[in-house]
Amino acid sequence: MSFKHILSIRDLSKKDCELILETAKNLKEISTRAVKKVPALRGKTVILCFFESSTRTRASFEIAAKWLSADTISFSSSGSSLSKGESVLDTVKNLEAMRPDILVVRHASSGIPQLFAKHLQCSVINAGDGQHEHPSQALLDLMTIQEHKKRIEGLHVAIIGDILHSRVARSNILLLKKMGAKVSLAGPASLIPKEMAQYDVKISHDIREVIPSADCIMMLRVQRERQEECFFPSLREYARFFGLNKETMKHAKKDVIILHPGPVNRGVEISPEVADGPHSVILDQVSNGVAVRMALLYLVCGGESQK
Amino acid sequence: MKKLAIINGRVIDPSQKLDAARTIFIEDGKIKKITDSKKTDASYEVINAKGCIVSPGFIDLHTHLRDPGFEYREDLESGSQSAAAGGFTTILCMANTSPVNDNASITGMIVKRAKEVGLVNILPIGAITKDLKGKEMAEIGEMVSAGAVAISDDGRPVMNGQLMRHALEYAKRFKIPVVTHAEDCTLSAGGHMHEGKVSCRLGIKGVPSAAEETMIQRDILLSDLTGHRLHVAHVSTKRGIEMIAQAKKDRLLVTCEVTPHHLTLTDETCTEYNTNAKVNPPLRTQADCDALIRAINDGVVDAIATDHAPHAMDEKVCGFDHANCGMIGMETALPVVLQLVHAKKITLKKMIELFTIGPAKAFNLKSGTLKIGATADIAIFDPKATNKIDADSFYSKSKNSPFHGMNLRGKIKFTICGGKVVYS
Repeated sequence: MSFKHILSIRDLSKKDCELILETAKNLKEISTRAVKKVPALRGKTVILCFFESSTRTRASFEIAAKWLSADTISFSSSGSSLSKGESVLDTVKNLEAMRPDILVVRHASSGIPQLFAKHLQCSVINAGDGQHEHPSQALLDLMTIQEHKKRIEGLHVAIIGDILHSRVARSNILLLKKMGAKVSLAGPASLIPKEMAQYDVKISHDIREVIPSADCIMMLRVQRERQEECFFPSLREYARFFGLNKETMKHAKKDVIILHPGPVNRGVEISPEVADGPHSVILDQVSNGVAVRMALLYLVCGGESQK
Repeated sequence: MKKLAIINGRVIDPSQKLDAARTIFIEDGKIKKITDSKKTDASYEVINAKGCIVSPGFIDLHTHLRDPGFEYREDLESGSQSAAAGGFTTILCMANTSPVNDNASITGMIVKRAKEVGLVNILPIGAITKDLKGKEMAEIGEMVSAGAVAISDDGRPVMNGQLMRHALEYAKRFKIPVVTHAEDCTLSAGGHMHEGKVSCRLGIKGVPSAAEETMIQRDILLSDLTGHRLHVAHVSTKRGIEMIAQAKKDRLLVTCEVTPHHLTLTDETCTEYNTNAKVNPPLRTQADCDALIRAINDGVVDAIATDHAPHAMDEKVCGFDHANCGMIGMETALPVVLQLVHAKKITLKKMIELFTIGPAKAFNLKSGTLKIGATADIAIFDPKATNKIDADSFYSKSKNSPFHGMNLRGKIKFTICGGKVVYS
């Protein structure tokens, strides 16, 4: 199995995903050591190209690369040559001329990592492209689910919120279906494209329909801008009818787990008591994020599954 | 001017219901005689059209020649060469240049420069509104006096219904059609491809068919209200073409065109974020293609027009949502549409009609015919010749074609304009 690029969940087979998760599980142990360092990627150069701002994903990839002993450079679009009018392709070609091994790319336009992979020699890892995909997020979500539920096949995962604009949702739907889970989508109809049905998922516009049977609930962030774009009237109303709170959680399963890719809009898609409550596995997701990203960097550099 | 004789060809001229082996004699730039005799004399330059179809030169009602203002993409000269290579002897160019062709000076400049290039006939389409801003009417009368044959804000719609109504009424004095680019910008805002399964998969904001359909319906109703000629550009939707069919049934003054790409490509072409497939209106679904083909066979479509839209490499090799919309089309129109003929979906005669007398009638142009006395504008093509599309060899300055690399059939062998060979 060779992973030159990690661009989309679509390119990965079920076996590929299992290998990534197994590798992540093994590498996770590094975070518990006093000296958080293994030489696996020593001498490798990783450039983090974040054309869209990010806190946790960038920090996660950077820590992952550093724990594996890679040399990392971080690059963001503000204050860069981009603001001086250089084209995106020119920017990365210039970076590539310095011979990095891996580019980790996040961009606001869908398809940019694919464009880079087409024009560059080095490996490209997609850290989130527009509304298209966020493969490492889906993988860390899966890892978290498997840790808590011991299985994925036949599990019912409900993804709730702004599906339309969510690359996290798209990657998760592809991955969960690939691994045999049942997937439901719930949210306002203006935020769930009807073409999602092509993925063989259940679609509901009333979250009360999906919560009682869900083993895992994945809440998606809702942006303030969507109110201005008239997808729904107000955040207050959104929170009441589509948010996860004590009221809507009343009929959830006793052992349901709640995921969220972050950052959390406390009081909007999820109330503070639920975000901090016993069902929430949000912080486990973050820890698993570093592990999964170590696994991706490792495998892209040609590593065999570590014992 | 040399006398020309075209021999051994199969002459198909829908304007005369002619489809036969004939020899065409051209003198002084006009069709002098069409006979079944093959005898010529030394005073004629002989063009051997063996194995070829001889038809009136093609007419393209919809091109963007980018001149003035965007000459790095195309100019009147390269645009003319591109047209001639595609069998087109008359092309109409849209007003979204820089500066916009919204006044007689620009219109006159284009007419003058086109004459200087002297390859094919270039007829300007003037803007409906000043600077294409959709707020004030442009000086339509003066543009027509300077040579404009129609008006359109193409590239954009006229969003204000009242303004569109007045444009249709005002145009009556000048006897020119009003061409609508039917798009409700509030519905299409932020969209980069057809809203459907593929846009959902790719995470690209889509444009619903309703954005086009609502405006087609609006403009048909305004044409009815004002009693003036409406021409709908680049129809891409099933419902849209059905509305036009109904308008024709109701005997309204509505004509329409479809592009070769909307007949043969779908939104699947955008997979892998292929920016050469990014166009406005977008490539839609197979059901839409099939509906447009049915409409052709039902006599609803008046013309095939390419919407030739050159863009430079930097404007296409970038993120999908940043890429400019549009594809070049004059040098691929024939082989692309011939696919439908080879697949027996439309007849050869119908195809030629849509490239010649159909557009001529829609816009009241004198060309599109091989009648005796008509200007000798002729396309000679081999419908079976293998044609591997190579955009790098095109005469157009731009290479943005989704057909690049395809193995198609059909090649222009000669293009004659005003009795002069302009491509061979």
